[in-house]
Amino acid sequence: MNPEMASPSSSSDRRISVLARHLAGVEMDSKNDSISAFPTSGSDNNSVFSHVVRGPEDPILGVTVAYNKDPSPVKLNLGVGAYRTEEGKPLVLNVVRKAELLLVNDRSRVKEYLPITGLAEFNKLSAKLMFGANCPAIQENRVTTVQCLSGTGSLRVGAEFLAKHYLQRTIYIPQPTWGNHPKIFTLAGLSVKTYRYYDPATRGLNFQGLVEDLSSASSGAIVLLHACAHNPTGVDPTFQQWEQIRKLMRSKGLMPFFDSAYQGFASGNLDADAQPVRMFVADGGELLLAQSYAKNMGLYGERIGALSIVCKTADVAARVESQLKLVIRPMYSNPPIHGASIVAAILKNRDLYNEWTIELKAMADRIISMRQKLFEALRARGTPGDWSHIVKQIGMFTFTGLNSKQVSFMTKEYHIYMTSDGRISMAGLSSKTVPHLADAIHAAVKQVV
Amino acid sequence: MWKCFSTRTSRCFSTSASNKALKWWDHVAPAPKDPITSVTEAFLADTSPTKINLGVGAYRDDEGKPVVLQCVKEAEAKIAGCDFLESVSSAVSSKLVEESVKLVYGKNSDIIKEGRFAGVQALSGTGACRLFAEFQRRFYPESQIYMTDPTWSNHHNIWRDALVPERTFHYYHPDSKGLDFSALLDDVKNAPDGSFFLLHPCAHNPTGVDPTEEQWREISYLFKVKNHFPFFDMAYQGFASGDLDRDARSIQIFVEDGNVIGCAQSFAKNMGLYGHRVGCLNVLCNDAKQAVAIKSQLQQIARAMYSSPPIHGILLVSGILSDPNMKALWVKEVKAMANRIQSLRTTLRKSLEQLSSPLNWEHITNQVGMFCFSGLTPEQVDRLLREFHIYMTRDGRMSMAGVTTGNVSYLANAIHEVTKFG
Repeated sequence: MNPEMASPSSSSDRRISVLARHLAGVEMDSKNDSISAFPTSGSDNNSVFSHVVRGPEDPILGVTVAYNKDPSPVKLNLGVGAYRTEEGKPLVLNVVRKAELLLVNDRSRVKEYLPITGLAEFNKLSAKLMFGANCPAIQENRVTTVQCLSGTGSLRVGAEFLAKHYLQRTIYIPQPTWGNHPKIFTLAGLSVKTYRYYDPATRGLNFQGLVEDLSSASSGAIVLLHACAHNPTGVDPTFQQWEQIRKLMRSKGLMPFFDSAYQGFASGNLDADAQPVRMFVADGGELLLAQSYAKNMGLYGERIGALSIVCKTADVAARVESQLKLVIRPMYSNPPIHGASIVAAILKNRDLYNEWTIELKAMADRIISMRQKLFEALRARGTPGDWSHIVKQIGMFTFTGLNSKQVSFMTKEYHIYMTSDGRISMAGLSSKTVPHLADAIHAAVKQVV
Repeated sequence: MWKCFSTRTSRCFSTSASNKALKWWDHVAPAPKDPITSVTEAFLADTSPTKINLGVGAYRDDEGKPVVLQCVKEAEAKIAGCDFLESVSSAVSSKLVEESVKLVYGKNSDIIKEGRFAGVQALSGTGACRLFAEFQRRFYPESQIYMTDPTWSNHHNIWRDALVPERTFHYYHPDSKGLDFSALLDDVKNAPDGSFFLLHPCAHNPTGVDPTEEQWREISYLFKVKNHFPFFDMAYQGFASGDLDRDARSIQIFVEDGNVIGCAQSFAKNMGLYGHRVGCLNVLCNDAKQAVAIKSQLQQIARAMYSSPPIHGILLVSGILSDPNMKALWVKEVKAMANRIQSLRTTLRKSLEQLSSPLNWEHITNQVGMFCFSGLTPEQVDRLLREFHIYMTRDGRMSMAGVTTGNVSYLANAIHEVTKFG
């Protein structure tokens, strides 16, 4: 009931007379008229946001939403890149459980605000993990590392900093790339262009296209690079190709912005997966790096990651860090403590670190074996086409090459949930479910063009 | 200038590009320090045994130590090492939002029953304000935001970075150290119809000056007449009066009057979850259908900023709020925190009066919440720092949570020293 329509009570009268003293300029009798045709004013109780339309569902997260709604017992979620066990369950790493219990049982722990740049110990350890313990850039204090909210948060903070302080506002992203990349960069104020990356014909890298596009990029432009295990294609440059990319970028003064979401998942070895980034640091040049612990430590929900900027001098690094704080403070003041504490506890303890590398390798190995099994299952069915890219591609995802019609078919007829670009998360497969997926792909390829 | 590195992939690398790279950041100036967090940084670096931190608004016990609430410890023991590390499931999200929103509108509110609100978790109060500021800019690109003079320093940064221009409206009266009510109403009246206002529903930061319930009613009525949009930033629910429901009364008055509002909530202070970044943003809607639309837009903004909020704090808050026993314990603990602060306000004021201070210190007990807007000048604040190792922001805002029975006499003496000559 609209209180204004209620019959005047003495308290309303009192309020009106008090207001009359203040509102000399407003005609009290025409208070209804003063609900003017101002654009933002709804009538009476109407929200000023009545004109807001529903935003489109996020294409990746929307897959899980649709999957959850499906009652079929054979449904398969190959959408979001979250690791699953052979039993199809999410996995909390043992080493993470250990770390969490350590934290909970430590009576001296408090929940105070972290500094704006996050947990210092975490920052140092993260930089070492990616750049190497003996990295000269770290020893020379040329690296600033700030804790951010996983990969997304690190990318956003880095992009906002670049939009404010870097002399070039264009970022080149590979085609294709993670669906959230263009949104992050655009909202941060950068202008987004693409460079050729994936070759549908070979289901591998379009290296020539990549070189051509980066060669014609304007000098100083920012270039987004997936450090390893490219999302969504699983196609990574070889070391030789990385070296050529590095040379080309340095000759044009292109600014590398690495997104590392899968360190340890590509080959199963953390140092091997860090090589491309380390190549760029070793040449003495500058770069940005977004790191995420969502996948390789299974800390998805804790939103733990780091942004590092490698600078030419320690003085520049210090100034850059101070400016990063100005980006972060008005966004969320300071980052969340829990995930950082877990990661730091693991990285700084030799035993826990070793345990982690073993569990990480086991996850990577399971994914590699799923690739092998799927490949063999398709071969056994005589599915038309060359499916070797399934075992050649790297990391959590396989870019199957299936088109969106085939994908819809597989969802409808086989209850397979995946993104419409044909990307499947291998982590969502198990030995038990591989045959069902192989059947679905086989049927899609034969029946749908 | 060339450098060689003796790693496996070493190169002696030198091109004109690296010279060019040297120039890229030359223009990056050192950023100004944050006026609030820099106080804590300086405090931590101070080795004086008598130092007192009255800077950031974080609760301390009577030994000056940070507190982890008992209800939080219990909640945490329950979830330690559990299978909850995936991105927040929608069931967990909804639980948190539902329970948070009950704190704002009352658990039996029709708004909740009818789903007439769009609610999302946010990164504490800052994150909730930023989400709303971005949302405001997206759907009202020409709008401005009116903020109290003064307000929390980070409010300016938040709306500025969201590209929403700000204006201020009268609030604090430096002479009375109370509310400048008639000027406030004038400003509200003179603002163009349908303006956006940022209000503190209780325990105003930095002044500790809150309107009375009667004054809130007048403000609300005027808002309705002017069709202004009130956005409430509630960071201290429970700290103003010690009673959570009472502290949300101002919001409920606005809602009862038919104002359609937005509200940012923080669990940093009242649940002591500072570092976990847990909060909630809600926007009232016409109906449940519109709520879906608005929520989807808010989620989109968050998705491009940090994807989803950190789960640990969410589990703690929803665990506490949805368990009647834990919630009851929490309510008691909030009251205890508020009471301690209140009693130290009384002690500090008495101490200053007993020292025969020439100044009027009534505002110490008139102001509510965590802060006392002391009226000290920047020069006096600097003296307190240099001579007594007492830290506060230069606007003279003291976090009363940092005052203890152990340090209140020292504090009173110090304040008296720097103010006794007026």
